[in-house]
This record gives sequence, C-alpha cells and structure tokens, in this order.
Amino acid sequence: MSRTVYLDNAATSWPKPEVMMKAMCAFSSSVGANPGRSGHTLSIEAARIILAARETVAALFAIPNPLRVAFTRNATEALNIAIHGLLGEGGHVVTSSMEHNSVMRPLRALEGRGLRVDAAPCSATGELDPRDLLPLLRPETKAVVITHASNVTGTLMPIGEIGAACRERGIALCVDASQTAGTVPIDVEAMRVDLLAFTGHKALLGPQGTGGLYLREGLEHKVAALMQGGTGSASEFEVQPGFMPDKYEAGTPNTIGIAGLGASAGFILERGVEAVREYETGLVARLLAGLSSIPGVSVHGVADASRRSAVVSFTLKGVSPSDAVLSLDANYGIMARPGLHCAPSAHRTIGTFPEGTLRFSPGFFTTPEDIDHAVEAVARIAQGKRR
Amino acid sequence: MTAAGWCVLLFDSVSQVLLAEKVLKQAALGHKVIPVPRQISSDCGVCIRFDPAERDRVVEALAGKVEVREICFV
Ligand SMILES: Cc1ncc(COP(=O)(O)O)c(C=O)c1O
Repeated sequence: MSRTVYLDNAATSWPKPEVMMKAMCAFSSSVGANPGRSGHTLSIEAARIILAARETVAALFAIPNPLRVAFTRNATEALNIAIHGLLGEGGHVVTSSMEHNSVMRPLRALEGRGLRVDAAPCSATGELDPRDLLPLLRPETKAVVITHASNVTGTLMPIGEIGAACRERGIALCVDASQTAGTVPIDVEAMRVDLLAFTGHKALLGPQGTGGLYLREGLEHKVAALMQGGTGSASEFEVQPGFMPDKYEAGTPNTIGIAGLGASAGFILERGVEAVREYETGLVARLLAGLSSIPGVSVHGVADASRRSAVVSFTLKGVSPSDAVLSLDANYGIMARPGLHCAPSAHRTIGTFPEGTLRFSPGFFTTPEDIDHAVEAVARIAQGKRR
Repeated sequence: MTAAGWCVLLFDSVSQVLLAEKVLKQAALGHKVIPVPRQISSDCGVCIRFDPAERDRVVEALAGKVEVREICFV
C-alpha cells in the first residue's frame, strides 16, 4: 500500500477536519442564499453563519468585537488592503528581511510611487533583534509591516517588543500571521497589534479562498478600501460605507468557504491553540533532532523548536532541493516543497538564495510516525539510495 | 401584538442586526428579524421588530453592546 505523508502544511493544510466538510455541505444543501442581502429566512441564516465564523475567529485572536474582522480571500488580499490602504499615499514603512512576497511585492509596488521602505536585517537563522529594527523608526514612519513567523525557517519574530515600541510612537503595526494563526497563540491587544492579516487555509485548517484582516478600533478611518461595491448595507448611498466590516467586504462573500473556516476555527478553539502548539512543537523537535543527525544535512533556522513555527527548512549536500522533493514524492509518498517559498529575501538572509531549501511543514494531523518516515527517507536520499 | 403596532430597531449593517438578535435572545426578549418595512428608508435589508411594551428593556439590553441607529414605530 502506498502511503502519503503530507508535510506541506505551511503552503496549505491537509487533511481538513471533518466538521469543515460538514459545514460546507450543510451550507450548500440547506442554506445557499446570499448572506443578509435579501432579508428572507435563508439569507438571514447565511448571514448568521458568517457572523458565527467572525466570532470564532475573533475569539482565537482575543479580539473583543468580532465586527473588527473583515473576511478576505486570503492573507495576500488582507495584506494588500492593509498596505495599500495605509501607505498608498507614500511615507515611510519598516519591514524585515524575512518577508514573504505577499508583503514585499505590495511594498515594492508602492516604492515605485514614492513610499520609502526600510527592511530590518535578520540573522542567518532568520532572527530579528529588536535593536536592529528600532533605530529604523522615524518620526514620519507610518507603519511596521512584519511577519509573525517566517514561512522559510519558522523563526518567530519579537512582535510584542516591536508592538510596544510602535504603540509608544503612534506607528501602526501590521502583522502577517499567515504561518501562525491557529498554531501559535495570538492576542492582538497584549501584542499591541493594530492590523492582523491571516489566512484561513493553513493552520486554521479552513478551506482555500478564505482569510481576513483585523483592524484595531478606529483604524478603518485611516485604511482605504481596495474595492468598492455592494454590501447589503447603506444601500441608498453610492459611496462605500465606512464602518467595519462592510467597508472591506464589497461583493458577495465566499460564504461556503467562510462556513468551513468557522467550523475549522471552532475545531482549533475547542482544542486550544496552546495545545495545538505544544503538539506541533513536539513534532518539530523530533524532526529537528532526526534531520540534524543525518550526515550531509544542514538544517536552517533556530535549533530550539519552541522558538519557531511548525516549519523546517534544510539542504542536502550534493542533492538539489527539487531533486530531493521529486524522490521523496516518487519513492516515499512524502509531499514537501522545494525552492524559494515565495520569499527570496528570506533565502538571501539565511544564505540559500537562489537554490532555495527543502521544506517540511508538519500540521495538526501529522503523526510522530510520519516524522520518522520522513527522517528515514531523507537519510536514505542523503546516502545516495533510491529507496 | 398591541394596538400601537410594532417597534422596529434599525442598524447600519446586517452583522449588527444579528449581534443584536443574539443579545435579545440571551435576554429572553421577544423579537423577530424581518426585512425593513417599505415605509422606513431601507438601509440595510433587515431590522428587528419587537413589542413596544418591551421598549425600555430592549434598549437597556442592547446598551453598550450593539449600536442602534434608530428605533421607529410601524
Ligand atoms: C508568511 C506568509 N505570508 C503570506 C502568505 C500568503 O498567504 P495566502 O496565499 O493565503 O494569501 C503566506 C503563504 O503563502 C506566507 O507563508
């Protein structure tokens, strides 16, 4: 029997919880309507499903008012709303050298139109020392846009310290929680996060095509919307409503996806993000120990599993990441991701540009046996064996 | 229903209507989510109808929890 070991949860999580499929089927078979647009029973029921999902997601990030969360297609859309909406008219922004292209590309696009961008340097393990970022903050700095954890090395960023410094200076802190939402505890107030961009299809275990943006009270007056259109509210006016979440939710939403996301987020909330984190940290520690003991394997990032998200990047001496991934897939049924992981700057920082790395990212449904199977497979590939 | 008709709560958005619905349910106050009646300017598509005799208790239950845009009689 061929076994499939899915170790690409940092790209998108799989498998998904049964409750997600059930919620999506239930929406499709017995609700189906356009949420809140029409006022009939099914339309109101669809809107209730979306509100429930908003409440669950808000609870996960300790957001007191669920209406502060606007749903989007993914983290990329949320980051584009935040970056274009906050920085579209120029100014100064600080980021890090470990960012994903969904942060860097919108920033670079605006740089061409007058935005000044400074990237705080990170170490070869992907770590950011706040002392390297704080001097970049200037009186005219409008925002710090930074990832919570690198999708290449898993390295966790010191968000709390950066948040405190930003709040003191009146600078907006926008955090890309793509890699952490659902697997690393997040408390937007304790961490002083002003804008939180998350994606639904990774550690929140929801379907693709879901994500969202949290904006702290009042920020909707400073962040322009990317799109305008129907919201089912303030319909007599031809200008976009200015309140949350309608301002950022023009058009019929992905209700079936949001139904699934709500169920998946509830699944995480029931178990507790701390418990998920503890389980995955155990898997990562096992993976780090196993890979580090293989001759010819270099593991990137910090050695301590508790200081990284569930992502492990490594390189194999004499085998390119893409060849290794091909062999892992064909000979061992292991799904992993090679290359640059949409984060060229992060690979430059850790010294693996342009070849990239091989990335294993376990998830909630990964077992210790899966990890052992993967370590064994890498050991055999490192020894030059086909199987 | 009383002779005076109904009271209607209007909100800025459907999300607020549904948040209010939850609050009223918890407070065990009778109410119904209905399409906004034609004679009222239709802002968001739905509103909450309740018995005018409950007006004070409804207002009190929602205070500080959900922002009501307007209360009308229909
Ligand atoms: C750090 C980071 N930011 C942003 C994204 C973009 O997420 P999405 O593709 O869901 O928009 C990803 C994943 O692809 C990521 O790992």
